[in-house]
Amino acid sequence: MLERFTLAGRAALLAAPLALPLMLPPAAFAQAGADTIKKIEEYRQALSDGNPAELWEARGEDMWKKKAGPKNASLEACDLGRGPGVVKGAYAELPRWFADAGRVMDLETRLVHCRVTLQGLTLAQAKARPFGNGSEQRSDNEALVAYVTSESKGVKMNVGAGHNKEREFYEMGKKMFFFRGGPHDFACATCHSETGKRIRLQDLPNLTETKDAQRAYTTWPAYRVSQGELRTFQWRLNDCFRQQRFPELEFTSDASIAITMFLARNANGAEFNAPAIKR
Amino acid sequence: MKPLTGAILGAAALAVLVGCATVMSDADMSKHAAEVMRASFKERGQAKLDRLTQDEPQAACSRDDGTQPPKEVLEKIEKAQFAQIKYPADGKLLGDWRAGERVAQSGVGKQFTDDPKNPSGANCYACHQISPQEISFGTIGPSLLGFGKLRGNSEAIQKYTYGKIYNAQAYSACSNMPRFGHSDILTEQQMRDITALLLDPNSPVNK
Repeated sequence: MLERFTLAGRAALLAAPLALPLMLPPAAFAQAGADTIKKIEEYRQALSDGNPAELWEARGEDMWKKKAGPKNASLEACDLGRGPGVVKGAYAELPRWFADAGRVMDLETRLVHCRVTLQGLTLAQAKARPFGNGSEQRSDNEALVAYVTSESKGVKMNVGAGHNKEREFYEMGKKMFFFRGGPHDFACATCHSETGKRIRLQDLPNLTETKDAQRAYTTWPAYRVSQGELRTFQWRLNDCFRQQRFPELEFTSDASIAITMFLARNANGAEFNAPAIKR
Repeated sequence: MKPLTGAILGAAALAVLVGCATVMSDADMSKHAAEVMRASFKERGQAKLDRLTQDEPQAACSRDDGTQPPKEVLEKIEKAQFAQIKYPADGKLLGDWRAGERVAQSGVGKQFTDDPKNPSGANCYACHQISPQEISFGTIGPSLLGFGKLRGNSEAIQKYTYGKIYNAQAYSACSNMPRFGHSDILTEQQMRDITALLLDPNSPVNK
């Protein structure tokens, strides 16, 4: 898909159509109501042929295959749960219990683990800059996540509950989803447990309801047009908690994995459809 | 030990192990989840770890089946929260509705990315329709369009409105609305200004 263009050329081509919708003021969207929602959906459809996430996917694939780190090894021997080197469909079964690490891990935690064990990076190096900042500060994590998740496109979500720890993380994640705290008394559930609600003009998925939960989870990671960045699920949780007025959720922490487990398993049965594109 | 006895003992030991892992009570799971959260967040800027310590209403309103606690618990919360409302000493509850509109529009404050030296907003429009000219409003809370027109502007209504902004849970335990005065999000003047936005006959809300 990328052979025809250089990355830079591709980026320039993508930039042009993206700039237009951003110039419309939010009010222009509001006036049309239901019609607008349809138009935004059409806009998403039109963009999905040229999702800039492909740039992250291509870089991630290169990183996956290239020898790197003190051990000069690629990540091709990384076991994402379906055996060493199997990338296809792996994300649709994460998070899961990994006996070799003695821990339930989501994709981002597992990638850190593989970069440490296979490539010889320190834990601090592997966890450095989990989220990028446009073109100035790129994130290796985002690129790897884009590549691995793209290899689950079209695969049905199938997160397991066979191991005790997997069930424990699901139950913990559920508790955390409903946990009210901070100066604003917010929980995840404050915004995400009723159907058909909006914050300002933004539709809110009801993550306690199967259809909404499936649609939300299977469209992350996503290229965020407003940020010019590919955003991962760890980023999604981190920024939700920031707006909840909580302290900062640590990258690859057990709470982040537990909530991911709760949301991922609630999406079981739905076709995975990311990296997606969002406003 | 005979092999069969060993096998039975082994199975029994396994059953105990499995039992321990699966029979965590609901209360124990809540405690466990809270402990894991404390270890999973780090303080940043003004957002310290004490924000993960729940007060009584927060703990009671965190049921993981999405239901509300029993009626007597709700009533107890409302009574306790109501007793903690502090009204302005001078008794003046109506401020400037124009300033109130600005506070209602602003969504900043208390996030770890916010400078605590700047005043917080109330972000009312995130959840409520208020002034008719603002069409970018959320729907988590009820529409407040015509709030004062419907209720009048009596002293009792002013007191109710200010009190509701100060501490929504004094009137409706487990409400989704932040306790803006109780939790030091807004200043007394900001709450007066929002009260005016909702009740002043000249406010666009009541036109």
